Amino acid sequence: MYEVDARGLSCPEPVMMTAEAIKNHGDDTIKVLVSEPHCYKNVEKYAQSQGRKAEVHEVGSEFEVIITK
Amino acid sequence: MDLAKNKTTLLISGAILGLIAVILAATGNPGNMAFCIACFIRDSAGAVKLHTTATVQYFRPEIAGMLLGAFLIAVVTREYRSTAGSSPMTRFILGFIMMVGALVFLGCPLRMIIRMAAGDLNAYVGLVGFVAGIGTGIVALKRGFSLGRSHETTAAAGAVLPVAWTFLFILSLAVPALFALSESGPGSMHAPMILSLAGGIIFGIVAQRIRMCTIGGIRDLILTKNTDLFAILAGFFVIMLIGNLALGKFTLGFSGQPIAHAQHIWNFLGLYAVGFAGVLAGGCPLRQIILAGQGSSDAAVTFVGMFVGAAFCHNFGLASAAASAEAAGGPSMAGKVALIIAIAVTFVIGFMPKKK
Repeated sequence: MYEVDARGLSCPEPVMMTAEAIKNHGDDTIKVLVSEPHCYKNVEKYAQSQGRKAEVHEVGSEFEVIITK
Repeated sequence: MDLAKNKTTLLISGAILGLIAVILAATGNPGNMAFCIACFIRDSAGAVKLHTTATVQYFRPEIAGMLLGAFLIAVVTREYRSTAGSSPMTRFILGFIMMVGALVFLGCPLRMIIRMAAGDLNAYVGLVGFVAGIGTGIVALKRGFSLGRSHETTAAAGAVLPVAWTFLFILSLAVPALFALSESGPGSMHAPMILSLAGGIIFGIVAQRIRMCTIGGIRDLILTKNTDLFAILAGFFVIMLIGNLALGKFTLGFSGQPIAHAQHIWNFLGLYAVGFAGVLAGGCPLRQIILAGQGSSDAAVTFVGMFVGAAFCHNFGLASAAASAEAAGGPSMAGKVALIIAIAVTFVIGFMPKKK
């Protein structure tokens, strides 16, 4: 699993990091860590727009988005 | 209800916000201003006498309402996060720069849309600059620009700005003599307090739910081809356009527009600075208020940067003059110089070489 830590970063950095990860590690499952609700929604939407499945888990006050093919 | 669910709900939400602006303009807010974040922050700075330009002093209930609305809805929906620590002073400067740009253009990006919907062609010139500024910011982001991470901090810290601002607002009602209030000019023109406050609260709630951002709308369109945030702006524009046409307030042209000037290069550069600095700060002036309301101390610092920036703009004569029958209006020499410096500083912030 390839992990992207976008916690605490401003828009649109989490989405840009996700795009980079999908481009370079597209065959792996990708885990994106974010801290704000609007960030996980943006990451989830972006992954889906790229034809991926995205699953969101709340971890404490933060979120992880698991992106699979 | 999830207002951000699809394009239709986003479009409708944008239209609701447009309707609030139409109502506030019809009940007293200045023409083509209706709901301008930069203007309202500037008026509020005047009300607490951070500047003494007599025509733009009024503690606008809309700003208090937005902060409060965003704060309350974030608490209710468990989206309140008290965070801080992502380059606060750089954000202060970016907020300051956004205000310099906005007051040279005479309006924030939200007012740009309002002016566009009223047929003010100067706002379309501003739009070109705004998009160019956003594009420049995107180039900086792609080169690796980042203000760094914010971190979760004590829960109360994120509530400081919404609570302090609400206190000031209540004080402005309880002891109005402490505050300055314009007797003429834009600051004297306002909708009834209760309507402005209610409009602000609803605006804050809806904008928080749909993540409205004038910069995000265009940035996402360029960067990821995502049209969600753009749909909100489209809904807002269309309802304002219909409102202006219905009320006979649509006048196509460069001249004769309320509180505007036709100095094209400065309209372009003013919003260029707002677009560029706003991308680096992670959101437009409106979005900064919403983020500050939902607990971001970093956005709160950006807001304070805008607040102080507005005072500087008037104390140092940087804000543009509106065109009138007698004068062409536009920025002063000081305003032009300040804007050029502001843009240069934004380039330094955005394109500073990174440590490897």
